[in-house]
Amino acid sequence: MLKRVVILAALSLLPSLPAFAFDIQKVVSDKGVEAWLIEDHSNSIVALDFAFKDGAASDPDAKAGLSNMVSGLLDEGAGDLDSQAFHGKLEDLAISLSFSAGQDAVRGHVKTVTQNAQTAFDLLALSLSKPRFDGDAVERIRGQVLAELAHEAQDPNAVAGRTIARQLYPDHPYGRPEEGSAETVKAITAEDLKAYLPHRFAKDRLLVSVVGDMTPAQLKPLLDSSFGTLPETADPITVPEVQAHASGQTTVIRKAIPQSVVLFAQQGLKRSDPDWYAAYVMNYILGGGGFSARLMTEIRVKRGLTYGVSSGLAPYAHGGLIEGGLASRNDKTAEAISLVRKEWARMAEQGVSPQELADAKTYLIGSYPLQMDSTAAIASLLTAIQIDHLGVDYLDRRSAIINALSVDDIKRVARKYLDAKSLDVVVVGDPAGE
Amino acid sequence: MSPFRKFAAASLIAVSLGAAPASAQVFNPETFTLKNGMQVVVIPNHRVPVVSHMVWYKVGAADEVEGKTGLAHMVEHMMFKGTPSVPAGEFSRIVAKNGGRDNAFTTADYTAFFQNVAVEKLPLVMKMESDRMAHLKLDDKDFQPERQVVLEERRMRIENEPEAQLAEQMNAALYLSGPYHHPVIGWRAEIENYRLSDIVDFHKRWYAPNNAILIIAGDVNAAQVKPLAEKFYGAIPARPVPQRLRNPEPEPVAARTVVLRDPDVQQPSWERTYLAPSYHVGDRNQAYALQLLAEILGGGATSRLYKSLVVEQTLAVAAEAGYNPQSLGMSSFDISLSPKPGVELAKLQAAAEGVIRKAAAEGVTQDELDRAKERLRISVTYARDSLHTGARVLGSALASGESIADVEAWPQRIAAVTLDQVNAAAKAVLREERSVTGELLPANPDEVSPERAERGHGGGLGALGREMR
Repeated sequence: MLKRVVILAALSLLPSLPAFAFDIQKVVSDKGVEAWLIEDHSNSIVALDFAFKDGAASDPDAKAGLSNMVSGLLDEGAGDLDSQAFHGKLEDLAISLSFSAGQDAVRGHVKTVTQNAQTAFDLLALSLSKPRFDGDAVERIRGQVLAELAHEAQDPNAVAGRTIARQLYPDHPYGRPEEGSAETVKAITAEDLKAYLPHRFAKDRLLVSVVGDMTPAQLKPLLDSSFGTLPETADPITVPEVQAHASGQTTVIRKAIPQSVVLFAQQGLKRSDPDWYAAYVMNYILGGGGFSARLMTEIRVKRGLTYGVSSGLAPYAHGGLIEGGLASRNDKTAEAISLVRKEWARMAEQGVSPQELADAKTYLIGSYPLQMDSTAAIASLLTAIQIDHLGVDYLDRRSAIINALSVDDIKRVARKYLDAKSLDVVVVGDPAGE
Repeated sequence: MSPFRKFAAASLIAVSLGAAPASAQVFNPETFTLKNGMQVVVIPNHRVPVVSHMVWYKVGAADEVEGKTGLAHMVEHMMFKGTPSVPAGEFSRIVAKNGGRDNAFTTADYTAFFQNVAVEKLPLVMKMESDRMAHLKLDDKDFQPERQVVLEERRMRIENEPEAQLAEQMNAALYLSGPYHHPVIGWRAEIENYRLSDIVDFHKRWYAPNNAILIIAGDVNAAQVKPLAEKFYGAIPARPVPQRLRNPEPEPVAARTVVLRDPDVQQPSWERTYLAPSYHVGDRNQAYALQLLAEILGGGATSRLYKSLVVEQTLAVAAEAGYNPQSLGMSSFDISLSPKPGVELAKLQAAAEGVIRKAAAEGVTQDELDRAKERLRISVTYARDSLHTGARVLGSALASGESIADVEAWPQRIAAVTLDQVNAAAKAVLREERSVTGELLPANPDEVSPERAERGHGGGLGALGREMR
């Protein structure tokens, strides 16, 4: 079953780092499946979070959206259980089991109370080893994807996101939506779906995180039953490295709405880039930091031109963006955009003050544990750390990395990455300015 | 600063929160009351050394006076605009530089402010939050741009979004007399006409310690919180606060249909909402029965609506039901459907009404009820797991007239609901004359104007392009 996908205007970021440590254990099962485990027996909940590091960007052009379709179908029946029987088991035991496809990974999430953990892992194992892809389920999920695509086509934020992605990545899969298009979604066949798993889901792509009421001894057999029968290796990933084609172009999609939605972006950096942390802190001060950020101060607080404006880093496995967005009444849109460019240029030319840097550091270090709100949230964080190859000691190292940054570091990356003249802009609305 | 709409797609999601509460001991909170009447609730949760500090005021959009709709939300915004010791705009910056996050939200029945911070920063945020309860000092030069911000917020949330506009219209059609008739964010013309003195008066009238609840969830206990609460909040004198009025809704006599056509709509939707009792108005037992009915009718992929309309008849791609029992006045029971592309809305409506009528006429089964109860029983464990859920559930309950005992007894009360009660509630609420139907449709074909894309390089867009160079 597919849940509504929210198109993000600006950025899903790997959160910053905690000021304290959890005890992360590396558990390896008999069949060689590794998981990171944080034992926490304070609440009778187990959260399993995993990723296959290969996603929608690897879908063939003519079948774009294949990973997303598979993700929507893995809980639509497996083994002897058809869709209603499979969902019936999940719902009766209040187990949540879901999959989602991003450009660079397919993620899976399981949450259960301890007493139902065995059933939850059994259902997961079934979904990964014997998915049915029944004809009626395939058509149901296809209908949901097509409805979602139609829904996004009426949403100015989604239209802006689609447009700027295409503009920045005209010849690369990052320029396509993860869901594909109506045309490619209609072209996906049952054979495409059945062939997907053996080629794309394999142990060499798998990262697993478990948090909650479970011991290593309990976890090992569950890892084997869920993931032990996967192939050892998946098809090679052929997604090319890519630079964003940002040249200062402005695209306006005319729509008769009272407020224009604006997105802007240019080439950014990958998570593994040595400049990552400096760019991350720089972005916080520029537009990532809510009411502490320059963009919010200049455009919302001082002038009342928008309800929200932000910028962020969007790293991909094979590229990266610095991007942002705002929404402003049509007669003020041009002014709001010119202020974005002005702040972009000011940051590139002047960098940040020692006080701004100090305040950014205390926020980015101090706020890190705030996201660890639930068992499932911590499991998701562990998977993100694994995807980015940050290491099992990352939580211990992060604060020192950020603290070591200097005003000069920030100034250097600002100059290197921010170029107001080549910032691409997409506007959806009816902006004044003719 | 996100106002939650009383009625919207979001209200369907809110159900699980309304339903998410507590157990024989759900959250096991500790509580005490300060001498000035301010209630304090502490929910210990020691997983990480952080706290969520929230102050909930028992005032919301439904407490506004005629002609000033949205004022409660505007006041929420202005709470960030300064006191003699914390200048305008500095509140959130101070929280952030101390490693915290803060925000606020307004609904029809309450207004809440929160900061999530490391536990050692708790005294700092208590000092600042109590400061703006007692010493808000506002200036017109901060008010005027903030009014524009709220107008932008209204454009973003409502006027740019056909679904939200439909929800706003349905809400106005559902509530005929009571203050829930009006949108939480307010009608545009009234937002444009507030004066600064309206803000100041509203704050003076309602933002009293005896009208507020302090909720702290996280790595603390009541013994640690008490001296701090006495020092920062206990020093603010109590003062009389007006009674909160919720006009009784007249008994509905006519089904209403609201149709919104918009040229941008490509995926139509169908909504149905029924005027329903809440914990406070009408039969309280029905409020528990209706939470189970919502699960059975539209709580997931095996629910009646989803199974019938999405799986078996393949007329829809999504089907959900929801009900929020928390309201000082009446509430609503909501159903939301998305047609499969190409399916006529009338055909989907006929099929949905078949499912609804059958449930009202014949009732649901004991097996369906038992399964729904088990799901809700387990949901308590998940609710308890999250630090923020406990604070939100208790805060919203207390601010809309529930007690801690009510929240903690929720699992037992859900478990005690009988099949007869669920079926009686379905029969009482799922009646045509209690309903508003909403249809979101594309514009008539001859009115559609296609999107036009214009591209420019720097200067390609007239003055807009020029300004951008």
